[in-house]
Amino acid sequence: MLKYTVSRLFQAIPTLIGVTMISFLIVHLVPGSPVYTMLGPKATPHMVALFNAEYGLNLPLPVQYVRWLGQVVQGNLGISYFQNQTVMQLMSVALPRTLALIGLAVVFAHVFSIAMGTYQARRVNRWDDHALTSFSYFFYSMPTFWLGLVMIMIFSFYLSWFPPGGLANPGQPPVGFVVWISHIALPSITLILLTVAGWGRYMRTAMSETLVQDYIRTARAKGLSEWSVLFKHGLRNSVLPLITFVGFSIPSLFAGNLFLEEVFNYPGMGLLTYNALINHDYPIVLAAVLIVGVLTVFGNLVADLLYAFVDPRVQYT
Amino acid sequence: MAVASLPAPDAGGPIAPESGRGLGREWRSFWSNPLAIAGISLLGFLLLLSFVGPLIYHVNPEATNLLDTFAAPSAGHVLGTDALGRDELARLMLGGQLSLEVGFAAGILSVLLGTLYGLVAGLAGGWLDAIMMRIVDILFALPGLYILLLVDSIFSPSAILLVVVISVLSWLGTARLVRAEVLTLKQREFVHAARSLGSGTWRLMLRHLLPNVMGVVMVTATFAVGGAILTVAGLSFLGLGLPPPTPNWGGMLADGTNYIFQNAWWLIYPPGLAIVAAELGVNFLGDALRASFDPRLREGRA
Repeated sequence: MLKYTVSRLFQAIPTLIGVTMISFLIVHLVPGSPVYTMLGPKATPHMVALFNAEYGLNLPLPVQYVRWLGQVVQGNLGISYFQNQTVMQLMSVALPRTLALIGLAVVFAHVFSIAMGTYQARRVNRWDDHALTSFSYFFYSMPTFWLGLVMIMIFSFYLSWFPPGGLANPGQPPVGFVVWISHIALPSITLILLTVAGWGRYMRTAMSETLVQDYIRTARAKGLSEWSVLFKHGLRNSVLPLITFVGFSIPSLFAGNLFLEEVFNYPGMGLLTYNALINHDYPIVLAAVLIVGVLTVFGNLVADLLYAFVDPRVQYT
Repeated sequence: MAVASLPAPDAGGPIAPESGRGLGREWRSFWSNPLAIAGISLLGFLLLLSFVGPLIYHVNPEATNLLDTFAAPSAGHVLGTDALGRDELARLMLGGQLSLEVGFAAGILSVLLGTLYGLVAGLAGGWLDAIMMRIVDILFALPGLYILLLVDSIFSPSAILLVVVISVLSWLGTARLVRAEVLTLKQREFVHAARSLGSGTWRLMLRHLLPNVMGVVMVTATFAVGGAILTVAGLSFLGLGLPPPTPNWGGMLADGTNYIFQNAWWLIYPPGLAIVAAELGVNFLGDALRASFDPRLREGRA
C-alpha cells in the first residue's frame, strides 16, 4: 500500500509540471502584452520598458517560466494587474467561498445520489425507478447557468424566499449564519441538483450490478437486515465507481461553479476569474487555471488511492 | 454427451463484427430502443425548428421595434419580443442554426481528432503509446473550460475559432476509449491474419480497426456534440462565445438575464429549454447507441 502510494505520488509529478507548463505557455503566448491594456494607448516606450522590467516580461520565456514556478512553489502567485493586491490575497478570500459551495454540493450530492441510486437499484424498471431516471436525465441535460436562472426566477422573483445573489444584503456587511445560508442556498441547491442527476445514474447502475451478485444473496440468506445488506455489503462495492467519478468530476465541478458564481454574483473564485478574464487580468486567470489543475491532479490521486484502499483486488504495484 | 450441451457457436453470445459489416443486429436493437426514438425525435424537432422553421414563420429576426419591446407572447409575436422589440421565436430559430452548426462541427471534429490519436497510440504500442497517453493524462488535468475562456478572452472569438478550440480541448476521452478498443482488437485473429497477409499499418488501421471501433466512436461522437452545444451556449452566455449580432441560444439567454425581474420569462425559458432539448436528445441518443454498440455493455454487463 505504501509502495503504491509513493509510486502514484511520483506519477503525479510529471502531470503537475505539464499542467504548470501548459497554463504558463497559453497565458504568455498572448499576442500583445498586458502593458498596453494596463498603461493605456498613451504609454511611452520608456514606460513600457519600465513596466516590462518590473514584471519580468522582458526575459526569455523559459527563464520567465522557471522564475514563475519558483515563486509559485513558495506560494507567490503574482500581483493582479488591476486590483493592486497579490493574487494570493485575492484567492485566499475567494477560494474558501468557492470551496464552501462546492464542498456543500459534494457532500449533499453523495448522500442524495447514494440514496437515490440504491433506492432505484431495488426498484429497477418499476414506475418510481423510471420517474427518478427521468428526473436524472432532465437535470443532467440542463446547463448550470440556465438552472441557476430558473431558480432565481422561481425562488427569488416569484416566491421571494431567497436573495437572487451576492453574499450579503445590499449595503450591509455579511453577518451571521442565516444571512450566509440564505445567500448560498440557491447556488448550492442548483449545484446539488445537477450533481445528483449525474452521480445518481452511476450509483443506480453500480448498485443494480452489485445487488445481483452471489454474496448479496448469501448476506440476505444469512438473515442480515436489509440495511446492512445494502449499506455494508452492497455499498462497499458500488461506491467504487462513484469515488473515481468524484475525482474526475473536479474540473466539471469548478467549470459549473464558474457559471454559477456568475449567475448568482457569488464572489468566489469563479467570479474572480470571470472578471479577470473580462479585464485581461492574466495573473489571476493563470492562478485559477493552476489551482483547478492542481486540484484535479490531486483529486485523481486521492480517487486512485481510495480505490486501492476500498477494493482489495487492486494490486499495490 | 458433454458436447451436445455446449451451445452452438452462433446461438450464444453475440458475435462482434469482424470487418465492419454485420452490424445489423446492433442497428435492430438500436431502432427498437425507445430512447433512440426519443433522442432522434428531439434532435429532429430542433433541426426542423431551426432550419425549416424560418421558411414557415416569416418574421425578420433582426427587425427592431422600440415601440413594442418586452411584448409578452401573443398571436403577433408567438414567443414575445426582447429589449429591442425583436421577435423571440424568429431569433430562437436563427440562433438554433448557429448553435447547432457550431456544436455539431466541434463535436465531430473532436471525435475525429480523438479517434485518429487513439488509433495511432493503440496500434503503435510501446514507448510511443506510453508517451502519447501520458500527454493525454496531463491534458486531462487541465481545466478545459478555463482555458477555453482564456483563449476566447485573448482572441475575439468567431464560429470557426470556437469549433477549433472546443475540439482541440475535448478529444481526450475519445482517444482513451478508442485506444482501449484498439488494444483489445489487436489481440484478435483477424488482425493477426491481416498482418500476416501483409497489410500495411495504414491499411490495417483504416480497413480493419476503424470499422470495428465505429460503435465506440458513434457513442462518443454523440456525447461530444452534446458537450460542444453546451460549451458554445455557455461561452456565449458569458459573453465570450459567438459574437453578436447573429443570435445564438446562449447569447439570447444572457440578454434575458437582465430582465428576469421584469418578469420577461419568455426571454429565459425558450432558449434554455431549447438547449435542454438538445442535450436531452443527445443524451438519449448516446445512451441508446451505447446500449446497442458498446462491446462492454453488449457482453451483458448491464
